[in-house]
Parts: sequence; C-alpha cells; structure tokens
Amino acid sequence: MSDETLPEGPAVQTRGLSKRFGGQTVLDGIDLSVPRGSVFGFLGPNGSGKTTTIRILLGLASATSGDVEVLGRKIPRFLPEVLPRVGALVEGPGFYPFLSGRANLHRLDAADRFVDPSTRRARTAQALERVGLSQAADKKVGAYSLGMKQRLGIANALLTHRDLIVLDEPTNGLDPQGTREVRHLVHSLTAEGTTVFVSSHLLAEVEQICSHVAVLRAGKLVAQGELSELRAAGQTRVEVLTPDGADCRQVLTRLGLTPQEPTPSHHTPGGSDVAVGAPLPEHFPPETIVAALVAAGVRVKGFTVDQVGLEELFVSLTGEGFDVVQ
Amino acid sequence: MSNNDPAHSIGRRPATGLVFMASELSILFRRRRTWALLLALAAIPVLIAVAVRLTSGPPTGRGPAFLDQITQNGLFVAVAAITVAIPLFLPLTVGVVAGDTIAGEASTGTLRYLLVAPVGRGRLLAVKFAGAVVFCLAATLAVVLAGTLIGAVLFPVGPVTLLSGDTVSIGESLLRSALICAYVTVSLTGLCAVGLFISTLTDVPVGAMAATVVISVVSQVVGQLPQLELLHPWLLSHYWFGFVDLLRQPIEWSSFAANALLQSGYVLVFGALAYGRFTTRDVLA
Repeated sequence: MSDETLPEGPAVQTRGLSKRFGGQTVLDGIDLSVPRGSVFGFLGPNGSGKTTTIRILLGLASATSGDVEVLGRKIPRFLPEVLPRVGALVEGPGFYPFLSGRANLHRLDAADRFVDPSTRRARTAQALERVGLSQAADKKVGAYSLGMKQRLGIANALLTHRDLIVLDEPTNGLDPQGTREVRHLVHSLTAEGTTVFVSSHLLAEVEQICSHVAVLRAGKLVAQGELSELRAAGQTRVEVLTPDGADCRQVLTRLGLTPQEPTPSHHTPGGSDVAVGAPLPEHFPPETIVAALVAAGVRVKGFTVDQVGLEELFVSLTGEGFDVVQ
Repeated sequence: MSNNDPAHSIGRRPATGLVFMASELSILFRRRRTWALLLALAAIPVLIAVAVRLTSGPPTGRGPAFLDQITQNGLFVAVAAITVAIPLFLPLTVGVVAGDTIAGEASTGTLRYLLVAPVGRGRLLAVKFAGAVVFCLAATLAVVLAGTLIGAVLFPVGPVTLLSGDTVSIGESLLRSALICAYVTVSLTGLCAVGLFISTLTDVPVGAMAATVVISVVSQVVGQLPQLELLHPWLLSHYWFGFVDLLRQPIEWSSFAANALLQSGYVLVFGALAYGRFTTRDVLA
C-alpha cells in the first residue's frame, strides 16, 4: 500500500441512506454530510436510528439502499482502507471481562494490521492516560464500573491517530467530572485535525461541544447544519400582554410586524387580557414597539422578548415526551 | 498531517496475520475456562489408572479397549484414556471452544470492536478456526501426556506389544502416541468447522456450544444404526476410532488419509457456510 492519503471531501456523506429490518423502516432516506474537522452532533431520541446509522458507517450493518462515503471512500467497498483511520465507540463499551484494561487494548490493537506493534505499549499507555485510567489499567475489566468501561471504550478509539472518531453516546454512565473530561478530550481531538462524530440523546451535551448538528427523528433527518445557523433559525418573538387585543394588532401591523391572533392570557386567568405574539425581525429594536403601543393608547400590561432556544427547537423537531417513536 | 505522527503508520505494509493469531491464542489460553477443560481431560487417564491400580486390574476382555493391557504396560493408559475420551469428553470440550468462537465475541460486545479495529470478517473466521484447532491439539495432548505420565508412575513400563502382535521399543511407542495425537486432532477439525458455523448463527454462545456437542452425538448415534449404513462413510465421527490403525506394524495409513480427507471436506463445506453467513450478516450485538 502506498503512502496516499484518502481523498478530500466530507468526512461522512450519505445519500438516500435507508435501512429496513423485516417490514420496519429504521432509516428513511438519510442525507448526512459531516464536514472535515467538525465536531458533529448526531441528535435524536432513543430509537430514532442513531446507532443503526453508525453501524452502517462502520460496515457492521449493511444499508438497504443509498450511498455511504466515509473519508471520501465508498462503504462497504473500501472498509479495509477506511477503518484503520476511524476510531469508534459503538453502542457502549465491549471488553473481555477476564482481561485487564491494558490487555484489552493490546488485544484490539493487535487486531489492527496497520499499526506498528513496536509502539503498542507506548500508545496504549498514552490512550489510558488520556482518559484517566492509568491507575486502573491493570485491573480486570470485570471489576470496572460502567463509567470506567466507558472511558476504556474511548481509549480504544484513541489508540492511534485517527481522521474520524465516532463516539456513540460517549457520556453514558459518566459522572459530571467524566462528562467534562470528554468535552476537553473532544476539543483536543479537533485541535489535532480529527473529525469527531458524537451521537447523543442529550441536547445540552451536544450544544456545548459541537460545531455542527443533525437531528434524527423516527429514522428521518429533520434538521442539519451549523449549530449557529440552527440557533439563528430559532426565531426571536415579542409578546404583548394587553386588554386591547385588536388595537394592539393594528399597531404591530403598522410597525411592519406580522402579529398572530390574540390568545387569552394564562397570566390573568378569568380576566379580559390577551397575549399578542409576533416574530421579531432581525435588527428591529423591541423598545420602539412599546413606545408605539403607548402612543396609540394601547394599555400594555406586559412585554416580553423571547429567543426560541435550541431546546424548544429540538423538542419541536423530535416531539415531546418519552414515547419511543418506533 | 497524519503521516507525521510516528504512531500512525497507515501506508506501512500491513502486518501478517500472525500478530492477531498470537493474540487469539494468548486470549484462549489466558482464560480459566480453557484450563479447566484441559484439566478435566487430563483427569480422565488419572482416574482410569488409579481405579485399575486400586482394583488390581479388570478381568481381561471387559471394559473399554486397552484397559486390560494397562497393568502389564503403563504406556497403555494414554491409549485407553483417548478411547474413553473420544466419544463424549473431547467433543464436549471442543464444542465449548468452537461454539464460543464468534458467538462468544458477540456476547461480550468485542465482536464489533474487532471488526472495526479492523479485522476482516474472513480473517477473523480463519483465526478463530485455527485457534479452535490448536485447542483440539492441546486437548488431545492433555489426555495423552497425563496418561503417559500417570501410567509410568503407577505401572511397569516396557516395550509395547502392538495390535499386530509385533513389539516396539518405548521410544517408538511414544512416537506412536504423538501420531495418535495428530490423528485425533485431525478427527476433531470437522467438528471445529461445524461449531464455527453454528457460532456465526447466534449471539448466544451457550446455544452454539450445545448445538455443536449435540451434532457430534447425533453423528455417533447415526453411526450405530445399521439401517442408515448408507450415511456412515459421510459421518463426522466415522473414522474417530481409526487411530488404532496407528498401533499396527507396519502402520496402516489408509484410515489416517481417509479421515483427513473426510475432515477437510467438513472444513470446506462448513467453513464456506460460516463465511457466507458471517460476511453477509449485520453485526448487531
């Protein structure tokens, strides 16, 4: 094999990726595009198809239809070329309980024909150090806690330099300290030029570390893009609490806003107050609205400006509640 | 970028499969289970030898083959023990190891990590099969070595009278024991392939182990039924007791060859089935 590097282009690209198990459609036409060097958050509720997608990216499962490229190469055809450059934590850690953490990493490293066996010892020690497991390296994995196993799983993904690291629910079972460490780790990986693909059902986790996000719902991709774009797409809204609903709408319309139908306010139950909401255009100074309302004689009982958070966006995209969709 | 990293050596010629093979064997022989199986096998000749010693030998012609020769020559303990171990104990231990090959990795969750490491699926099957065959050899050696040792301790040892009536020296008889080990190991390779295939069908190792052992038992039961004589030459276990031909002068090699041919047929067929199944299935465990 020559010293060639893999072609440029997105770290992961799928077109129309679908997967059916029996009669059930688990993934339905996913078009995923993960830019190189990004920290890509793959969000979705439990059962939305995140792990299935990851399995297909890594060649563990086959797609029913659609194209998959990882690091610019078609999967599954070029898996032997691509996988040595990919580190992964898939659906929780998996280790031999009767071996120590270190011996487990040696075993998995020995399975990779493309790494240098003479540096194995140093590389495993370094990976264990990075996830804070040096002290427990020689304990049997059977005696590890879930969090320690999770750390070991991450260490396995770091055994050698990777161009892409896939972390499926990396903070599962980790304490807050461990979660913070994972965040630092991800930052340091990006600094080395590695693309990091993180799946999670926790928005907060993704919001803090990711540059890009995709949201999966019931096997369909419902949003994808830079985190800042998605945030911006979340509208700013104003809401006026007033007894004079009709007048208020008139004033807002005159100002160039598009007010919605007044809704009975839940702040003053039984009263005659209504809430009039309207999306606020960019660079529109909200204080001028109040001035205009007062000048027109509209009685203003309350005025709020709200940013629709990523949280609301996530919930609106994926649906509320604990119901597993499939 | 990445190629400046000394630890990162893509572009380097991939290593031969030997590193992973060595890792597989070290895992196999670092398991307590493996040693428990080998110890159980080694206990068979010890039990036989001690029992015969304490009862000053059975009347000739009763009990398993070779049992009556033990009191005259301790070297027969190994042969008697192999005869006892072949129908059940050896297939049982081999079934455990062969049935565990893929299903065991799936159940610990290590299968997906090996495949992503990456180990090609074909390479993983080949290494797992080779590991199981090495275990067959270790299992046979455990019986024969323990038998030879305990026999030498408890009984007189001398030149061995073969089935053909000829007598060979102790050295020659040890060589014959080694040949028996080779024969029995070859006998079990077909079962390894069957176990490997069954192991690709499930993520539950115990199920694969049990199914493999059941197949070896069924094969022997069918071999006992004269009504199914047509099938006999094709049975996995057909030549299992043919090792006695190695105790003739001159050695009767035809059963060795026929056995090797039959077993390689099983390895090819079930190896191909295992490959066909394992390379196309989704790994979901």
